[in-house]
Parts: sequence; C-alpha cells; structure tokens
Amino acid sequence: MYEFDLERPTRVEDAVKLLSDSVESQPLGGGQTLIPTLKQRLASPERLVSLTGIDSMKGVFTDRGGTLRIGGATTHAEVAAKAAYPGLSELAANIGDPAVRNRGTIGGSLANNDPAACYPAAVLALNATIGTNAREIAADDFFQGMFTTALEEGEIITNVTFPAVRTANYQKFLQPASRFALVGVFVAKHDDGVRVAVTGASNDGVFRWSAAEEALNGDFSPDAVAGLDVPDGDMISDLHGSGAYRAHLVKVLTGRAVAAA
Amino acid sequence: MAKVTMTVNGKSVSGDVEGRTLLSAFLREDLNLTGTHIGCDTSQCGACVVHVDGEAVKACTMFALEAEGAEVGTIEGQANADGSLNAIQQAFQDHHGLQCGFCTPGMVMSAAALLKENPKPSEAEIRHYLEGNICRCTGYHNIVKAILAASGQDVSAIAAE
Ligand SMILES: Cc1cc2nc3c(=O)[nH]c(=O)nc-3n(C[C@H](O)[C@H](O)[C@H](O)COP(=O)(O)OP(=O)(O)OC[C@H]3O[C@@H](n4cnc5c(N)ncnc54)[C@H](O)[C@@H]3O)c2cc1C
Ligand code: FES
Ligand code: FES
Repeated sequence: MYEFDLERPTRVEDAVKLLSDSVESQPLGGGQTLIPTLKQRLASPERLVSLTGIDSMKGVFTDRGGTLRIGGATTHAEVAAKAAYPGLSELAANIGDPAVRNRGTIGGSLANNDPAACYPAAVLALNATIGTNAREIAADDFFQGMFTTALEEGEIITNVTFPAVRTANYQKFLQPASRFALVGVFVAKHDDGVRVAVTGASNDGVFRWSAAEEALNGDFSPDAVAGLDVPDGDMISDLHGSGAYRAHLVKVLTGRAVAAA
Repeated sequence: MAKVTMTVNGKSVSGDVEGRTLLSAFLREDLNLTGTHIGCDTSQCGACVVHVDGEAVKACTMFALEAEGAEVGTIEGQANADGSLNAIQQAFQDHHGLQCGFCTPGMVMSAAALLKENPKPSEAEIRHYLEGNICRCTGYHNIVKAILAASGQDVSAIAAE
C-alpha cells in the first residue's frame, strides 16, 4: 500500500468537508473491497475518510407502513440480524463469510457496484432510494454499468430506503471460490407490479429483466418465465461459466425466486 | 504516524502507527503476537481472524487505527488462566482438528465467535460459519468434529461418515 492518512470523523458534515478539500481523499466503509484494492496499489488516495465512526449512518429502522431504512455504514451482519423485510436479511446473511459481514457495509457495496455483488440486485428490484449527503437517487438511475454509479466525487451514501413490498425473494448461485454470486436474481412483487433484477450475469452490471417482469405481471408463477429467452449477448463469460450458462441460470433462479417468494 | 490505544487480550496497549498499518501488522510486528497468521493477505483465507469488540474480523482487512479504543482478542488470549487449553483448543487436539496448524488460530477464533452466538450449532451451521476459513491441509472434517465436541455435542454421527 502507498502511504495515506486515515481520518475517523464522527459526523457526516465533517466527513464531507474532508472529502471535498484539496487533499485527494476517498471514503472508507468496511474496507472489505477497498483494503485489498489498496494492497494491490490499484488506488492511491492521500487520505482515507472512515465512515464507520459516524453513528447517524448506522442502524436498521422499520416504520409502521413497512418502509425500511438502513444507514449507509450499517454492516451486513446487522442487516442480517435486524432487517424484518422480505429477502433482505437472508441476502445479507449469505454475503461472503462472517468476518466479511462483520465489517462490510451496504453503502460500500452499493458505491462499489461490483457486477457480482448481492445488494445491487435487491436495491434495483425493491425500487429503493439511495440517500446521500446531497440528494436522493432512485435505484433505476443509480447503477450505471459495472463499478460505475451516479455518485459524484466525494459524495457519500448516508442511507438506503426500501419501500414496503408485498413479497420478495433472492436466489444466489454461489461462486464458491470468491463467495460472491455467480448469478443472483432478486424478485419483488410490489402493489404496482413485479420487478426482477439480475446480478453476476451481465457485462453491464446489475440489470432488470423486463421480459420476465411482464410475464410475471400476468401470471406470478415459475411457469411464466420457463419459456422466455434470456438475452445472452452481453453475458459475462469467464472460466467460471460461459455466457450461455449464466443466461440459463438467470431463468432457473428467477423461477426459484418466484416459487419461494 | 498516529498514536493508537486498544485493549489486547485484556491488557491496554498503545503504539505509533501509520494510516496504512493493518491490525494484523500491529499485532504481529509491534506486539509480537505472531499467533495471528497471514495466509493470503487478500481477505480470502481467514488465518488472521481475531475478535474486535467480540466480533470475528480479518485482521489483514482492517487498519490498526480503526481498532482505537476496541477490545481485541487473539489466539494468545484463548487459553485458560492457568495456561491449560480452553475447551475449543482441547477439542481440536482431541479430534485431530489440525495437521500443519497454519489455519488453526483463525479456525479457533472463528469457532469461538460461532459458539458465542450459537452455543449448539448443527454440522451444517458450523460448515456455513467456517466458509471464510480455508485449511490447506483440508482437514475440515475433524475441525467440524472438534467444534461439535467443544459445544458438548455428540460427534459419533459425523464420525461415522
Ligand atoms: C471474501 C469476500 C467475499 C465477499 N462476498 C460477497 C458476496 O457474496 N456478495 C457481495 O455482495 N459482496 C461480497 N463481498 C464484498 C463485501 O460485501 C464488501 O463489504 C463490499 O463490497 C464493500 O463494502 P465495504 O463497506 O467493505 O466498502 P469499502 O471496501 O470500504 O469501500 C468500497 C468502495 O466504496 C466506497 N465507499 C464505501 N462506503 C461508502 C459510502 N457510504 N458512500 C460512498 N462510497 C463509499 C469506497 O470509497 C470504495 O470505493 C465479499 C468480500 C470479500 C472480501
Ligand atoms: S490473511 Fe487475512 S484473510 Fe487471509
Ligand atoms: S491444518 Fe494445515 S492449513 Fe489447516
């Protein structure tokens, strides 16, 4: 790792100030992605601004209407233990391993937008809103291709809000070496329709499978998706699985998620 | 350099560290607690698992300064006060839960964290919890047996497999 200073502010305003002055700075969440990146010298900030000392960015809150709000620096372990919301606590409980879950945060996962990460699928299917120090960003506008998001330089995710949902389920097909998803599908049934989000499969990162959404709006059953074609043109193809294999998994996992929802 | 103070295995310690100093480096190089092993240094293997405020974390994937004020537990603090092995360590010995022993500190620290939150885990729960702990000698079967035994459960069912 190159040298850098590490700051641990306790208020969002102080973190934002540190991230916007003339010293080249980067936010640090749980470090489960960023520390390995720094070790490989793929990033060289002059300063890291740790967000995990900011209490207002931590916690899981449910309101009476069923809306769930999660602080941006909340660990996967805390979401697994406390999120009374369909699909989400199971998703968090199966990210990586216990030590990763005890440090890694929802804000870090979303800001990173790894094409095989789990939370992006949940946020997109559940039509969540990403709250930052500056604004609110709709899930449909937030993810902009693998490792790319709508976040501006120095902007931090302070919370994520999930609207009430009728039913939802996440199916992760484990890539056992990385413990990420080889493919993951999140299906959510809202009052105004079904949303299906796919992670791990596409070179463009997480995406909505609109053909499945249409079919499931008519008939919310695994059979409704069994006959659909999954576009396999831009599927990730690597030593862990071909594009055609991933496309097939998308369909199978969508059916399983519908059956389990 | 910045000053960091934390409690390690019940003793208050402090030192001067850089921003980039990992908790694993602080434990091993500044405190000479070399029981925390570095297997991969890429967050994959779990040989470096320690407890920070009671939770299992990878010491190679956390900065020393992030443990300011924390209670840190390492393998060196696991034995009983009289120096004898604790129940988990003893069960690893009794059930041959280690071969070369390189992964063992991380395995024992993960097992301790598991048994704290789930005192009687099933075999499947143990295997799920240990997903982040890799044993190059691939002695998983006996590791799982040792943890079942340490939690006071019958190991004959799994031993028969
Ligand atoms: C062995 C292993 C297995 C894993 N398995 C999975 C898995 O199965 N599924 C999965 O989804 N993930 C998995 N991960 C990734 C894990 O979930 C990480 O915790 C996550 O990707 C990054 O979160 P973090 O809090 O650690 O962020 P960091 O590593 O600290 O930061 C990641 C990036 O986000 C930025 N950032 C951090 N917090 C914020 C914020 N609040 N606002 C804005 N920017 C921010 C940082 O500057 C950095 O660019 C795994 C990681 C490991 C090491
Ligand atoms: S040395 Fe830390 S996970 Fe391998
Ligand atoms: S006993 Fe050798 S690595 Fe596990």
